[in-house]
Amino acid sequence: MEGVRKTFGATKALAGVDLTVNEGEVLALVGENGAGKSTLMKVLSGAHQPDEGRMRLGGKPYAPRNPLDARRSGVAMIYQELSLAPDLSVMENILLGMEPTRGPLVKWDEVRQRASAALAQLGRSDIPLDAPVSELTIASQQMVEIARAVAIGCRVLVLDEPTSSLTRPDIRHLFDLVQRLRSQGLAIIYISHFLEEVKEISDRFTVLRDGKSVGGGVTRDASLEQIIALMVGRDIQDLYPRSPRKPGEMVLEVHNLVGHGKPRWAALQLRCGEVMGVAGLIGAGRTELLRCVFGLKPVKEGTIRVAQFSGYASPRQRWRQGMGMVSEDRKREGLALNLSIADNLTLSKLNFLVSPAEQRRASSNWIERLAVRCRGSQQEVGALSGGNQQKVAIARLLHHDVDVLLLDEPTRGIDVGSKAQIYRMIDQLACAGKAVLMVSSYLPELLGVCDRIAVMCRGVLGPARLVSELDEHQIMQEATGAAVAENRP
Amino acid sequence: MTSMSPNASGAGPPFPYAAPTATGQTWTTILTKLGPLIGLSFVVGLFSVLTYNTFFTLGNFELILRQTAVVGIAALGMTMIIIAGGIDLSVGSAIAVVCVTVALLLPHELVDPGTGARVLTGGIHPVLAALGGIAAGIMIGCLNGALTTGLRLAPFIITLGMMSLLRGTAQEWANNTMVYPRQVGFLDELLQPIDAKHLWLLTPGVWLMLLLALVVSGVLRYTRFGRYIFAIGSNEQTARLCGVPVERTKLLVYAFAGALFAVAGILQFSYLGMGDPTTAVGMELDIIAAVVIGGASLAGGQGTILGSLVGALIMTVVANGCSKMGWPNSRQLIVTGVIIILAVALDRLRHRKRTAAE
Repeated sequence: MEGVRKTFGATKALAGVDLTVNEGEVLALVGENGAGKSTLMKVLSGAHQPDEGRMRLGGKPYAPRNPLDARRSGVAMIYQELSLAPDLSVMENILLGMEPTRGPLVKWDEVRQRASAALAQLGRSDIPLDAPVSELTIASQQMVEIARAVAIGCRVLVLDEPTSSLTRPDIRHLFDLVQRLRSQGLAIIYISHFLEEVKEISDRFTVLRDGKSVGGGVTRDASLEQIIALMVGRDIQDLYPRSPRKPGEMVLEVHNLVGHGKPRWAALQLRCGEVMGVAGLIGAGRTELLRCVFGLKPVKEGTIRVAQFSGYASPRQRWRQGMGMVSEDRKREGLALNLSIADNLTLSKLNFLVSPAEQRRASSNWIERLAVRCRGSQQEVGALSGGNQQKVAIARLLHHDVDVLLLDEPTRGIDVGSKAQIYRMIDQLACAGKAVLMVSSYLPELLGVCDRIAVMCRGVLGPARLVSELDEHQIMQEATGAAVAENRP
Repeated sequence: MTSMSPNASGAGPPFPYAAPTATGQTWTTILTKLGPLIGLSFVVGLFSVLTYNTFFTLGNFELILRQTAVVGIAALGMTMIIIAGGIDLSVGSAIAVVCVTVALLLPHELVDPGTGARVLTGGIHPVLAALGGIAAGIMIGCLNGALTTGLRLAPFIITLGMMSLLRGTAQEWANNTMVYPRQVGFLDELLQPIDAKHLWLLTPGVWLMLLLALVVSGVLRYTRFGRYIFAIGSNEQTARLCGVPVERTKLLVYAFAGALFAVAGILQFSYLGMGDPTTAVGMELDIIAAVVIGGASLAGGQGTILGSLVGALIMTVVANGCSKMGWPNSRQLIVTGVIIILAVALDRLRHRKRTAAE
């Protein structure tokens, strides 16, 4: 097999990616959240069709119409969330969908034999063939999934964040297995946030940024610093206005916060007129932190104080205490899509009697001030573009006139113009004495907008530091676990 | 990364959202708003042509309004529940419970189990009896609401259980027979036919329906409670994020609707003149059908009082027209079924358009 090569045209998520992987080689695919890794893999596995560009597999054109097609061609994906049938046995899972049959009957001897051959190829004959998959550990389940790919006879194996839910010894085993498969001549694409792993396991690497492949090379020859520089390197223009701000009194204090699952530990202090950022990888527990503070997620222990109010509270009480939140999931939680702009905007602040005229007047005011593109305050929010929807979601907080704003990925999936407006808005709010706590996966934005940034890694929030003392490189190192967070007392 | 925004790739000022959907949106809005009225005009027109002499008369229209009152008032409550994203299958049984309760509160005859003699028992003022019926309805609504929010179970299942439970309760209370009250007072006159010379005056029950429709419509539009109902039905998670007390509001919706079902039950009692525990069997389906024909979405977040009333009228007009045609009940059922399916198909189409527009 000479390799896979492809170029994509001007899609939103992928704007020209070149990628080659040879047999007997491990290629690491790295990039920040939202750089286009998942979309690229969806294209490779046939879940999406590329708008432009070609792919070739072993010298022949490769254009899978769907995931099944891709599997038949020998391209197998192992996703973060495993796709096994938990109640079926190990061997049934390995040969699922391609059971050898004689007439209508399954040839169980052959199933057993082929399944055990596949496990032997992985060097994991210790996994019992007859056990239901649900009784295995996560690591063993992952093996079963890889065995399934091997049993199909895959030539290209894609591992998407395979270590995110594994313990250290299991990671070790997985790495041994990857080496083993490489020596058997498979081409392996290894996607990971954790650069240390990338350094250890891969032969070559390719960096994606903003949907483009921006560089790569032989892993041995590249330092971590160089890889990170490729991942984050971009010029920051005047996108981020920053007026002089004066931090006032403390409005939000969180001590020793522990949630159910995540966050595992968090502490922070936020003053009026200050913008604080929480950086970290997807799944680090940043969203959970905000939800705990806002009362949308139960807290296990720790204290939260909002202005003069201490203790846990429901979202309803938080609004009354002068705190508002913008959800990361605009469509499912942030907005009621089939209600009007006016209804969405005023929902948190309605009097016992509601005057539709007053609702309209207030909304029209915000629509004008935030330059929301719409047909009027009575238009359904669902009909707006993403950027304009987000402006409505944020306008709700402005209309309520909250003092503390929790913004979870406020610029996710919106156009650059709206992003710039939102950055300006945040700056103005801080100057007006409001406190902003903002989670974002986009580092330049955090560095551009925030006064202080704390990094969250695997559920633990690190200490907040001034932006002037930080750079993307450092944050990336902390977020990917390259630097050990020593915040925990 | 896979942005839904049509102008995601463009820097600089965002250009207006996709224009082509604009006309589609307007069309669907018109269909949503006027669909039920168009449907009503259609069935009225149809039967007027088919049986002009007997159908198209003031007397018959007055009759149709009277026949609509019970389902119409219950549909008001059902509209609130459906907008909030819920459903109530126990309405029919609740109406029976209220009907029996009112009869039992009024002076009525009871067979003494010892002697076998008929004794007159009970007996409070008709106004108090009616209030008692309403209290029963509110309690039933609270129970429905508490069970769905407390146990976090689908209202479909809870109210399916309540349908059977309440029907049984009504029959137990009535001792498995009819309850014939004496001295019914004004409760007898709520749905009484009006003197033929003054048909336009309408019977009190119809006025009651119109008055309550105005009240509920106002509550939905002009109170925080009403806006919360729409928010919860449209997106419960958003409602929670915005500090809406979701559980409390749902409970209130069922309680409020329970009161309206009770009024429907009192009218049903007035129509029957006795407490019949087997009354209104299957009426929940007529009521839900009226609301759905009226343009409400079973997914929640959408629905209007005017629509539901028109939906209820459509159902009565069809029943009335079919009988004027001399058609058997079977054919009337078929026609009603076709109308319900058409209405739901229209709702589906509307939703598909919306998702396409996104």
